[in-house]
Amino acid sequence: MPDFVQMPQLSDTMKEGTVVKWLVKVGDKVDVSDPLAEIETDKATMEMVAFDEGIVGAIYIEEGTTAPLGEVLAVIVEEGEEVPDKPAAIATSESEPEKPEEPKENQDQNATIKSEEEKPEPAVSDERIKASPLAKKIASSKGINLSEVKGTGPGGRIVKKDLENHKVPGSPTAVSIPKRSQPLTSEDQRIPLTGMRNIIAQRLLESKTQIPHFYLNVEFDAAPLMNLRKQANSAAEEGDNKFTVNDFILKAVANAAASVPEVNSSFDGDAIIQYGSVNLSVAIAVEDGLVTPVIRDAQQKSLLEISLAVKDLAERARAKKLSPDEFAGGTITVSNLGAYGIDSFDAIINPPQAAILSIGSIKSMPAVDEEGNLVAGLRMKVGMSCDHRVVDGAVGAKYLTELKRRIENPASMLI
Amino acid sequence: MALTLYRQALNRALDEELANDEQVVIIGEEVAEYNGAYKVTDGLWKKWGDKRVVDTPISEAGFIGMGIGASMLGVRPVMELMFFSFAYVALDQMINNAACIRYMSGGSINCPIVVRGPSNGGTSVGATHSHTPENLFANVPGLKVVAPATAHDAYGLMKSAIRDNDPVYVMENTLLYGDSAAASDLSDEEFTVPIGSAEVKKEGTDVSLIAHGRSVIVALEAAKQLGEEKGINAEVVDLRSIRPLDEETILKSVEKTNRAVLIDENKPFCGVSSQIAATIQEKAFDSLDAPVLRVTSIDAPAIYSPPLEKEQIPNVSRVVDMVQKLG
Repeated sequence: MPDFVQMPQLSDTMKEGTVVKWLVKVGDKVDVSDPLAEIETDKATMEMVAFDEGIVGAIYIEEGTTAPLGEVLAVIVEEGEEVPDKPAAIATSESEPEKPEEPKENQDQNATIKSEEEKPEPAVSDERIKASPLAKKIASSKGINLSEVKGTGPGGRIVKKDLENHKVPGSPTAVSIPKRSQPLTSEDQRIPLTGMRNIIAQRLLESKTQIPHFYLNVEFDAAPLMNLRKQANSAAEEGDNKFTVNDFILKAVANAAASVPEVNSSFDGDAIIQYGSVNLSVAIAVEDGLVTPVIRDAQQKSLLEISLAVKDLAERARAKKLSPDEFAGGTITVSNLGAYGIDSFDAIINPPQAAILSIGSIKSMPAVDEEGNLVAGLRMKVGMSCDHRVVDGAVGAKYLTELKRRIENPASMLI
Repeated sequence: MALTLYRQALNRALDEELANDEQVVIIGEEVAEYNGAYKVTDGLWKKWGDKRVVDTPISEAGFIGMGIGASMLGVRPVMELMFFSFAYVALDQMINNAACIRYMSGGSINCPIVVRGPSNGGTSVGATHSHTPENLFANVPGLKVVAPATAHDAYGLMKSAIRDNDPVYVMENTLLYGDSAAASDLSDEEFTVPIGSAEVKKEGTDVSLIAHGRSVIVALEAAKQLGEEKGINAEVVDLRSIRPLDEETILKSVEKTNRAVLIDENKPFCGVSSQIAATIQEKAFDSLDAPVLRVTSIDAPAIYSPPLEKEQIPNVSRVVDMVQKLG
């Protein structure tokens, strides 16, 4: 058995040592306790002795070299025994115990965990209000009644942040619903809100009042996309998938969002969350409103996968058979009113996302070609609404440039 | 420019003070011919000779008492304890005599002695060699206790300790002696660090990590990780001096961040961090947005097993976890 000589621990604080001088050479015969080398530690230079007898088979590190504890320095073999190659460092009691690599949470998961934590605390029966000393001081100076504040600290404790977000009723920032000014007549109807309408009302009011929107508008040449779609669908056999214009747009939106992740983000109070994958919310009109189910990891899906996914989601949305988790976790939204003949529009951002694309219809209209001639063109207008806290104008423009490149060169989406 | 290690910084401070004042002498076990058990006094005996650098027998009660007596007559002894754990055999000298003599003599006798040595666990040298008695000595009126975390502060505080006219106990750390994270770019000019002044080692806004000694290095590493991985901007306050305590720097930091996590290699019961927590709640109560939390050594004799002892004393992952518990 070859006996590997390792860097020994010669002082209680030593983490590495330097071989100052070898006192043996390859081929020397050594006995137990014979000095092998001089080792410089963090405190002193000391002799390292042999723990086994035999012949110095190999010396793996040169004089003057520093090595960590456990590093193999040399090997002692029996006469005639083969000299092994230098193995990696042999674990010592000093080395860190191996820890299994923890799965890297992506930011999307963090965001999910966070939203779970933000669920309201279960109602507590004790009437004492838990608030930090600092929160109590701020509340008393601003005249805030702590019983009206929801605490988000551990155990529901009210902390400074909760008071910064708290709006005193009647203050200019509080939103009030204007009262009806005229009495109803017999011809008027009062239609109670459905659950869906209520959520649409709440979320879009929240979005339009809390998110500083701005809008970008561009016009794309849709002729190449229409040609490609025609070719793809005319070559399709009976039973094959037929592609819609929207399928190509969804694919382009997802891929462009992967290229410009700044738009695939959320504002999160004191940070911006940039998502690791593109979860595409697709606005689908249903009987009494609108839903936005999500195509997950859309940047990784092929055109065909996206086409099949959106057909499935639309069908089940109209049949009201989508499960709640299919609406959750979207990172960017597409709203396409092209089929309704709308030229262009600016949609309201779907919170907590930072951008929404508004797709108009493809129209035949005069266009100017590369040579400057007036020609018949097929044009599509696209609007982008951005949360200015997250996306600046130049970033939005960069995204639309990426989107334009894909829509005007649609063959790239087939690769 | 090459960085100076903690051990080298102490050595330079001792060497300069031997030169500055002929009353300064170094006394302890193996400080002379062996150059110090941890090589802090390396080369000093050779340079200054038998009268200035003196080896003693293994008899802490005896030689510390001798140093205290000498200091009452005007000598400025710098006593080395191979481990501060060995102070326990000399407590009568270090507490009854050194700490009380100025008061009990009505101010006519003072005791300008320095006792220095490592006060730390984490090296698997067993429970009787791993005590951290800074809390114990800081409890005694009449004593000054400092615990430098960096080579810069070790140098500056050692010089201040030697020049001080009262007993100063300098708590060092064997893991810092050769640690590159504690090394400093020392000025060639002589300087001192005043006893009783804390220092903000890293500015931050979200939580104050308050520590002394090697725990400062742990806090700085934890602050880095909190910033990079959790988006939490932690401030690191290095006490440097346990007594007198720089309350102003502590309170200013907590008033800024509204949160404090104390990192302390003492055991939790009546540790240094207990005193800091009391100070914060007495004097900065209205600034607190969360309870003051602590990361201390786990309350048991120092564990001999190296992997267990690494978990017993404060480490980066325990600090990162505790900061997140603030909510």
